[in-house]
Amino acid sequence: MDQIILQILNGLDKGSAYALIALGLTLIFGTLGVVNFAHGALFMLGAFCTVTLSRILGLSRTVIDETRTDFLGKPLKVEVPYVYDWFGENLGATIIDWNVPLSILFAIPIMIAIGVIMERGLIKHFYNRPHADQILVTFGLAIVLQEVIKYYFGANQIPAPAPEAFVGSFDFGAAVGFEAGAIIYPYWRIVYFCFAMILIAAVFAFLQFTTFGMVVRAGMADRETVGLLGINIDRRFTIMFGIAAAVAGLAGVMYTPINSPNYHMGMDFLVISFVVVVVGGMGSLPGAVLAGFVLGILESFASMRQVIELLPGINQVVIYLAAIIILLTRPRGLMGRKGVMED
Amino acid sequence: MSKTNMTRRGVLKTGTLAGAGLAVPTIFTASSAAAFTNEPTGSSVTLGFNVPQTGPYADEGADELRAYELAVEHLNGGGDGGMLSTFSSKALDGTGILGKKVEYVTGDTQTKPDAARASARSMIEKDGAVMITGGSSSGVAVAVQALCQEAGIIFMAGLTHSNDTTGKDKKANGFRHFFNSYMSGAALAPILADRYGKDRKAYHLTADYNWGYTTEEAVRTSTEAMGWETVAAVKTPLAQTDFSSYVAPVLNSGADVLVLNHYGGNMVNSLTSAVQFGLRAAEANGKNFEIVVPLYSRLMAKGAGKNVAGIFGSTNWHWSLENVGGAKYAGTNAFVQSFGQKYGFPPSQAAHTTYCQTLLYADAVQRAGSFNPCAVAEALEGFEFDGLGNGKTLYRAEDHQCFKDVLVVKGKENPENEFDLLEIVDITPAEQVSYDASIFGGDLGSCNAGA
Repeated sequence: MDQIILQILNGLDKGSAYALIALGLTLIFGTLGVVNFAHGALFMLGAFCTVTLSRILGLSRTVIDETRTDFLGKPLKVEVPYVYDWFGENLGATIIDWNVPLSILFAIPIMIAIGVIMERGLIKHFYNRPHADQILVTFGLAIVLQEVIKYYFGANQIPAPAPEAFVGSFDFGAAVGFEAGAIIYPYWRIVYFCFAMILIAAVFAFLQFTTFGMVVRAGMADRETVGLLGINIDRRFTIMFGIAAAVAGLAGVMYTPINSPNYHMGMDFLVISFVVVVVGGMGSLPGAVLAGFVLGILESFASMRQVIELLPGINQVVIYLAAIIILLTRPRGLMGRKGVMED
Repeated sequence: MSKTNMTRRGVLKTGTLAGAGLAVPTIFTASSAAAFTNEPTGSSVTLGFNVPQTGPYADEGADELRAYELAVEHLNGGGDGGMLSTFSSKALDGTGILGKKVEYVTGDTQTKPDAARASARSMIEKDGAVMITGGSSSGVAVAVQALCQEAGIIFMAGLTHSNDTTGKDKKANGFRHFFNSYMSGAALAPILADRYGKDRKAYHLTADYNWGYTTEEAVRTSTEAMGWETVAAVKTPLAQTDFSSYVAPVLNSGADVLVLNHYGGNMVNSLTSAVQFGLRAAEANGKNFEIVVPLYSRLMAKGAGKNVAGIFGSTNWHWSLENVGGAKYAGTNAFVQSFGQKYGFPPSQAAHTTYCQTLLYADAVQRAGSFNPCAVAEALEGFEFDGLGNGKTLYRAEDHQCFKDVLVVKGKENPENEFDLLEIVDITPAEQVSYDASIFGGDLGSCNAGA
């Protein structure tokens, strides 16, 4: 039983990441009708916002320490971050320690800007082209973006640890009446799950309860009619693209302590996120979220030793297997609507 | 209807001309002049450096390339000479190889066997490379080694740790300086038994490919011989990034040690997950829970950050070896000095092994007095040397594997700088990690000089 709860918990944080990326993807698909293969790259760019901020916070002046030597036997050059000079050593160290949460503020404007530039600069030229063209151009863009990141940051992973306060894990087992130590769950993953829930709720609230959201939803349902009413729907869709980019970026920012970021992390999530969108139902926001969690949890269960022993290799195919079964029984996906991508 | 004017004489004439035409390229390219593939005839000789310049091991590849450039500089008499001054063989004198200036071409393996073979082939066929070296994966090493065997070229392997490279897939034209999974297991087990006790239960997470299997087997065999029990061994997909669902059940499995048979990004991610799930701080079976990483590299340790603190593993070489192990490991400081001056940071073990391989090849040619691969192979087989940073080393004739001391290292608790990530805990003598050449099967075959 404790193993089952543990794997459900595990699936929740993985599912959170899938859901956040898929949410952005389906938002873009639903509004602009574009299949955006560069969405995984946006997740990766978000993670690298964290790395960039940590580099900025780490900018330092060099002090020569005569008492110690470096690997060549020369006096050791000690780096003193400028933030120590500006805010004092204690506060400076805390700021550096809280790099990941601080990156949220740093990443929002950057990701929105990247999203808007991407949409205005490239993707809008492909609105009326076949989906195959859109896939090719966005996939190409994804490769370019990841190569640019690799050029500047290298191919190795770059650690971006969570703040000291969130290091370690929570004894979930003891809290819910199991044996102590039976279900242990890292604090940061709990934070990630809560963060994802808040972000998802915020996106839904924005679409549901604001006039802007209402217009966007109307545009998703019937773009032409909204246009005929004299509303500049294109501009709103551009903003939606920026918001989708920010959602993916924030998912990436908060993911960095879970897995040290590298240039390739976007691609690792991209394919699964597409499966999530299709399983959830093309263009359906709640579907994307639901499918994200369902597939995340399924993947966790399939990785259990007992399951792998029973069905070797199931851990690598379970998501696709589930996708096939769901699409065979519900061709429009879990919550797909009639008429989307069916013309 | 068309009419053809075909006569018997005409067909014969055309046939002869066509036959002669087809034969021309072979006449010119084949062996009439050369005794072996790419025999250098001018005043220079070209070496082919085949390293991952793109893909997940690009940083390791970049470090290999730096070491190659340094080796070429030293062979041509430039710089401070690096390990040429400490190398026990004095055949090389800084005038290139056999008086020919050393030049090089590079290829990108992309850490994909097919891409690596294509780039090696191009360097051999288009650039006339007389030797191919490099790589950061066993899959690539085995594939390129087989290609070099067919082409009649010497292959000096880069970073490849699978037993197979000089085991079941060994080839007469291929040579490996780097250590292997068996040696890691043999070096680690006694230290683990000493530090963690003989009554331990291990849980293995193993990367689902050739290197993972040989490493798991090596570590299992040697730790079980020490009295450890293996509770479970789970294969993880190579493309896996989040290992939480593999790591989470470990604590309740009855195991008290987790062995991560992972390399590169896999290792960084699985170790990070393991530390996040509190395994480092946990207790199991009344003992502290421990994590072991059989193959360590400094570049990986950098990726994993603080998570490596206190975790044991093995390496082929480390830049602090001479400071810790003494003059026995002469060459290390000379190399670190030379590399550090040029690039501003200490070399990785990938850089060290590739630098050594270049020098060893050049020295073998010099001693053999010929670039002929068969003569070079003969000069390398059974060659005993010292002064290349690992102490006394033997290039065993039976499987073309180097035998030297193996380092057991531990992630530093309080690193003083970004290079100071690993500390050497023990140096296992070569005799303890040696094995019978026949245990991994395979056949060297005979040397191929091509042409």
